Amino acid sequence: MSLRDFGPNELMFLIMATRWTILLALIAFAGGGVIGLAVAALRVAPLPPLRWLAAGYIQFFMGTPILIQLFMAYYGSSLLGFRPDPWAAAAITFSLNGGAFFGEIFRGSIDAVPKGQWEASTALGFRFLPTLRLVILPQAVRLMLPPTVGFMVQIVKTTSVASLIGLTELARAATQVNTVTFQPVLVFGTVSLIYFMLCWPLSLYAGYLERKVGQGLQVKMKKPLLLAS
Amino acid sequence: MQTALQFGPVLIHLDRLLVGVGQTIQLAVLSILFGTIIGTLGAIGRSFGPRWVSWPIAAYVELIRNTPLLIQLYFVFFTLPLIGLKFSSSTAAIFALSIHLGAYATEILRAGVQSVPVGQIEAAKSLGLSSYRIIRHVVLVPAVRAVYPALSAQFILQLMGTSIVGAIAAEELTAIANNLVMETFRSFEVYIVIAVIYFVLVQAASLIFAGIGRLLFRWKS
Repeated sequence: MSLRDFGPNELMFLIMATRWTILLALIAFAGGGVIGLAVAALRVAPLPPLRWLAAGYIQFFMGTPILIQLFMAYYGSSLLGFRPDPWAAAAITFSLNGGAFFGEIFRGSIDAVPKGQWEASTALGFRFLPTLRLVILPQAVRLMLPPTVGFMVQIVKTTSVASLIGLTELARAATQVNTVTFQPVLVFGTVSLIYFMLCWPLSLYAGYLERKVGQGLQVKMKKPLLLAS
Repeated sequence: MQTALQFGPVLIHLDRLLVGVGQTIQLAVLSILFGTIIGTLGAIGRSFGPRWVSWPIAAYVELIRNTPLLIQLYFVFFTLPLIGLKFSSSTAAIFALSIHLGAYATEILRAGVQSVPVGQIEAAKSLGLSSYRIIRHVVLVPAVRAVYPALSAQFILQLMGTSIVGAIAAEELTAIANNLVMETFRSFEVYIVIAVIYFVLVQAASLIFAGIGRLLFRWKS
């Protein structure tokens, strides 16, 4: 029935396609990280309209499916006169989408830094951005690290959706191999294993960081008691 | 080249879009229902079961949480017929979505179960309550309450996750959108309309979940 069997060549094809999954995930991580930082800064900015803008941005990207966002970028580009390109659409969409999620993660960590730090910086004559960059963010980084690594797992998995606009990464390679071999157990089993090997170490690392930060917080909470006594 | 946006050709197909909304809601509701049942049993088995129960559950949770939903959909869709189970695309989609949510719900509810103080369970035991009543009333109710925000966030992700089941030819809102694109050639307009519909659905769902939460957990802790 099938055109060919699942052999070393097919396995190699899948492994080579994994490169594109990794590349897209790295683009999404880098682009999303930069945009997320800007979104988080706007989200805590002193001007309310800037905060609303960032909130609206986050609402849109977290409140609609990423597949729809991908389609909008893919077909929207032709409306602007460009030739639709799956890579451009995916890179833009995943960066913008990641930016919304990272923005929420970063803002959560920024909010966790005590208000007194802001007030002390203001009293010392720091403006908004220097306060954020020099005082708040260095303290927030420790808190944002675990959810950031956790979201990287999410990014790697979500890149599979880019296959639906025709980008040949791991998931699309899998359907192509499945079409010619029709050995779905073997094909999708292998692909699941590849995704698992990409994601699991990140998941474990995120869990480890979470426990570490949790312990740090407990130590922090004990200290004032010691000082009081 | 025509660059102006034209929503007319899209909006005359509103009836079909509404059918899609119904199918999307159906997929989401059914998979949330089954997924939560899987998650509840999984969390109980993982927390109180012997090793031969808790370890396979842990493996299931890790496997599902570290692979994409799309691959899980393909796996279910292409593999089940091989073992003689012939399903429609929609049934296969509900199956895969439920298994997917089940793993996340297991992990979330397990965290809730762990947040219940041991003393509370010991107190229930010393009062002579049966295991069923302890798990049902003393463990599950406060556990669900503790993790309800995380659980409803996961449900909303599930609602949006249904958008990719068109990949296995299951019918829902996004699949109907793709058909409309091919018929009207108004691709961008179609997806704008669909994005608005999803946005409204997601906002409505979060309001509904918040309302349910307020109704269910009215007492003070």
